[in-house]
Amino acid sequence: MTEMDTALTYPLQVVNLLAALLLLISFAMLSQRRVVGLITLFAWQGAALALSTAIVAWSTGQHHLYYSAALTLALKVIAMPWFFYRLVRRLDVDRDVEPMINIPTTMLIGIALVIFAFNLATPISQMAGTVTRATLGIAMASVLLAFLMMITRAKAIPQVIGFLAMENGLFFAATSATYGMPLVVELGVALDVMVAVFVLGIFFFQIRETFDSLDLKHMEKLKEK
Amino acid sequence: MAIVFPSGFPTVFPPDSTPVEFAWAGVLFWLALAAAAPFLRRARGLLALAPALCALGALAMAAIGLAGLLAPASAIVLPFGLPDLPFHLRLDALSGLFLLLLGAAGFGVSLYATGYFRHMETGALAMVMLWYPLFLAGMAMVILADDAYAFMVAWEVMALASYFLVTTDHAIPDIRRAGFLYLLIAHIGAVALLLAFGVLQGGAVGEMEAYTFAAMRDAEQAPFWASVAFLLALFGFGAKAGLVPMHVWLPEAHPAAPSPVSALMSGVMLKTAIYGLLRVSFDLLNVQPGWWGTLALALGLVTALYGVIFAAVQSDMKRLLAWSSIENIGIIVAGFGLTLIFHADGKGALAALTLTALLYHALNHAFFKGLLFAGAGAVLHATGERRMGFLGGMIRFMPWTAWLTLIGALAIAGLPPLNGFVSEWLLLQAFLLTPGLSQPYLNMVIPVAAAAVALAAALAAYVMVKFFGVVFLGQPRAPIPGQLHEAGWPERLGMLWLAAGCVLLGLFPPQVIALLAPVTRLLTNQTLVNDAGGAAGWLLLAPVSSERASYAPLIFLLVVLVVLLLVFVWVRRVHHGRARRADPWDCGFPEQDARMQDSAEGFGQPIRQIFDGFMRVERETPDPFDPHPQYRGDSRDKLWLLLYQPIADLAARLSALVGRLQHGRIQWYLIYSFVTLIFLLVFVTR
Repeated sequence: MTEMDTALTYPLQVVNLLAALLLLISFAMLSQRRVVGLITLFAWQGAALALSTAIVAWSTGQHHLYYSAALTLALKVIAMPWFFYRLVRRLDVDRDVEPMINIPTTMLIGIALVIFAFNLATPISQMAGTVTRATLGIAMASVLLAFLMMITRAKAIPQVIGFLAMENGLFFAATSATYGMPLVVELGVALDVMVAVFVLGIFFFQIRETFDSLDLKHMEKLKEK
Repeated sequence: MAIVFPSGFPTVFPPDSTPVEFAWAGVLFWLALAAAAPFLRRARGLLALAPALCALGALAMAAIGLAGLLAPASAIVLPFGLPDLPFHLRLDALSGLFLLLLGAAGFGVSLYATGYFRHMETGALAMVMLWYPLFLAGMAMVILADDAYAFMVAWEVMALASYFLVTTDHAIPDIRRAGFLYLLIAHIGAVALLLAFGVLQGGAVGEMEAYTFAAMRDAEQAPFWASVAFLLALFGFGAKAGLVPMHVWLPEAHPAAPSPVSALMSGVMLKTAIYGLLRVSFDLLNVQPGWWGTLALALGLVTALYGVIFAAVQSDMKRLLAWSSIENIGIIVAGFGLTLIFHADGKGALAALTLTALLYHALNHAFFKGLLFAGAGAVLHATGERRMGFLGGMIRFMPWTAWLTLIGALAIAGLPPLNGFVSEWLLLQAFLLTPGLSQPYLNMVIPVAAAAVALAAALAAYVMVKFFGVVFLGQPRAPIPGQLHEAGWPERLGMLWLAAGCVLLGLFPPQVIALLAPVTRLLTNQTLVNDAGGAAGWLLLAPVSSERASYAPLIFLLVVLVVLLLVFVWVRRVHHGRARRADPWDCGFPEQDARMQDSAEGFGQPIRQIFDGFMRVERETPDPFDPHPQYRGDSRDKLWLLLYQPIADLAARLSALVGRLQHGRIQWYLIYSFVTLIFLLVFVTR
């Protein structure tokens, strides 16, 4: 463990702190009922991610991670939350209805998922050669938690935010396990996410126009009898 | 004596190009026509000319096929396909013969189509002229393909193009249904073919070139896997050819298609399946166990009888012709089975005889079935009526069509001196020679098979009497709408070409057999020797020995003509000037009208009574007080209920089960992915 102790330098402790924050925000998102609050949390998660990426970049000298951090900051902390705030105001859908499973149960399932994710990450992080490998479990946990959020939410915007949070988790996993993906891949993913958000934004309007609500249970009517 | 055909033909081409290159050029020509059709919507005149251009391409293709038949095999590798998987084309004698068949029948049908499609609305015509040349090109490519990949691509092009042609009138639900059934069975067959090629390729693993036919030929073939490949191929090609029990699409799709398309499908497309069957079993597979032949023979005979019985009870003329196609395919496949039996038994000469008979019949069927569909199409075009219960007396309104159709009907009925007789006679000769086989059981069973073929041939004649008699003779059974127009000149020319084919193939069998010799030599290493030696060889056909049986169609024709002339002269002499026109004796019942003629249902009644067990008859009996009663009896296939309905029900039940997964709630779908993800994570990290 001596190597580990020496590796846990000051910046890396900050990264670990940010990782913990990320997980906390994931839980907060699970329990948040108001859509606006969810968007704020999403922006904070993005900020934590950008910061941790920047710190990893600084401490390891991987310069392309700076670009990733900047991209994250621009897209996930500024552009998308702004876009969602506008959307919520335009569509007037602040309050979420009761989620499918009540919030304490969701939290319990979430805890089980975190344990599962940590269990899962142990053998993998032993193989990873990076200084940040201890955070891999957290990254996987936040992916699973975001997925859980997508399942439990009945409205369209929280689901999209869940999808984006999942992407955040993946991004964090990439940074912590392998110092990030090649910049080209990251740019591509960022572009994909942008496009997805815009397409989904258009869909929101379409869904509301068709069903007069953003509640996805109305989409059951589309099922073929 | 083998007839020597002028062998200078291939030298017409420039010395550095091979027939297969010309064939590829012909395919490209058709493809270009298809590609041009959608852009010709504005130029109606040019668009209407497109079928004529197709016909020219077909004529060229026939010439190329002839060249391929006589010249040594030639092959090219096309510069495209997938990376490392280029298309291989090859033109040998077998391909050449079927290319000749495609070109010759396609020429007549396309000429006919020039007139038939002329009246179509421009948009629909552009669609048809997109698919029609594509269909021709697909069939040519199937015949030319020299690797499994090109073959399957061409096979699918052919199936899809014909599907779109069948559903030309897609506004009618029945036609859409027929088209779907056709597409479904075509694809089930295609999957079987794909598997068959996969099995064939199995012996030559590890090479990039394993998918070529050349590699399959050289591959080590274990007897078991060879049999698997054969059975798959028989199933796949049988589905396309319409072998019982995969025939169900045929009586639905053929009537649904526009008549020139029916003629092409029945005349040529079914033959591509025969081609494939011959290619796989004789060329690609190195071993041919005898039981394959027995199986094919049994299937073919069942198909022939089944087809002809159902043809006899149909009351829709195009459906009748479709069932008759099933019968003919049955006869061809029975011949194929017998060829396999002889070949496995080491009786090369007899195998060559049977093979000649089946190839001859395939060629004949292309001509007479094309002609009959064209004739039926002309009647349909003029009257708008396919049901025979509303037709009759057409010979007075459409004499050209009627007389030309009569030639086709006589030919398919197997009457000398037309072509149908020659091939059926050759086949029966082969059947009668089976006592030479080394397997005693087969020796005992095959005379029964010969009887079945004879029965099918006789019933085919019965069917044709019904077809021609009800449609063209007697009096119209329903008021004729407006003025009936005879088929136009392009139609007539097309039918004349096909009829001429029927007559010439019937009159010159020794020459035709000489033409088939390269194919039989390729497949069985032996040719049919015409035993009528000496100077009579060009006139007389004696497949086994001149003591046993011989046939001279020209002399037969001469005798027929002389007898006809003598009778004519005699009747003129005896009765000259004494003929008078008067009402016939009406049996004391003066109110006879056209409705009292024998109807299509009535004519088929005896057959329906005898074979009632096979059929599902829907009758509509009229009310006794109805002043204009209409009797309608529709005989359907029982196999549909026995075989296809359970499969369809099972599929529906399974899909209902799977459908339960579909809630329509996005959360549930997410849970499915979530659970899968968790499962995979656990599975991977264990």
